[in-house]
Amino acid sequence: MRAWKRHGRGDRARYVAVLDPAEASVLRGLVGQVEDMLSGRSDVVPQDELAELTGIRTGPSTAPDDPVLARLLPEFHRSEAEGGAGADGVALSAAMRSVHEPELIAAKRDAIATLLATCPAGGGRVELTVPQAEAWLTAVNDVRLALGTALEITEDMPDQLPPDDPRTDHLPVYHWLTWLQDSLLTVLVP
Amino acid sequence: MRVVLSAPVEPAPTVEELPDELVGADTPWQTIVWNDPVNLMSYVTYVFQKLFGYDKQKATALMMDVHQKGRATVTSGSREKVEGDVAKLHAAGLWATMQRSS
Repeated sequence: MRAWKRHGRGDRARYVAVLDPAEASVLRGLVGQVEDMLSGRSDVVPQDELAELTGIRTGPSTAPDDPVLARLLPEFHRSEAEGGAGADGVALSAAMRSVHEPELIAAKRDAIATLLATCPAGGGRVELTVPQAEAWLTAVNDVRLALGTALEITEDMPDQLPPDDPRTDHLPVYHWLTWLQDSLLTVLVP
Repeated sequence: MRVVLSAPVEPAPTVEELPDELVGADTPWQTIVWNDPVNLMSYVTYVFQKLFGYDKQKATALMMDVHQKGRATVTSGSREKVEGDVAKLHAAGLWATMQRSS
């Protein structure tokens, strides 16, 4: 694919790119994997009589064990930031998570649904409104967070890894997603 | 004989006796964004502008603080406000936490 282009201005602006079949397949596949992880997590609903009575959904109070999911659904409080793990901080994180995690997962899944609805499965022209382009930024960023965590990306990661590194084959995909996101940002926020 | 018509009224608690949670309602909270190796500098700047209405200069300066110092305080205020800001930053994929101002 070539860089994103903007057609028109203001509310009528459209953001356009053409993905080839392999690119669309990789993107949709990765986004689908994040969707599967998030939907699996949202099935972890605490059994709560109060929630059943009130209809107010609460999420789990502890962080996911999986590091990828934990990066997508971070803690609200960082204990070491205040010089040691305080019981207050742990309780705060737990309370915040159970209140906010369902809506956070819903927002991420909305962005994913928009991307999947606007990215043709066989590749081809993608034409986005501003809200759709914003959803792409969110969904592509979440895929980069997931892949970046799985590949243990660091700030000074080289463009290429040694051939015997098991991550070698996956790194170009990560770099391509980085380029795709940056290119879309460049036309969205000139 | 004295008839007690109602239970004696307890004096209102003074500030010192209020539970920590209530006293904390007035002390400001901070939204902290932490550096991470995945989020792009351009994306972090964009998120600060979009979520908090900061101009490009302020958003860029905060992004550079995150990048170079490892963290930056991006908003502050009541616990409810900061809680909402952290939730929005999480939705955008940034690594954000809340803490009481020191």
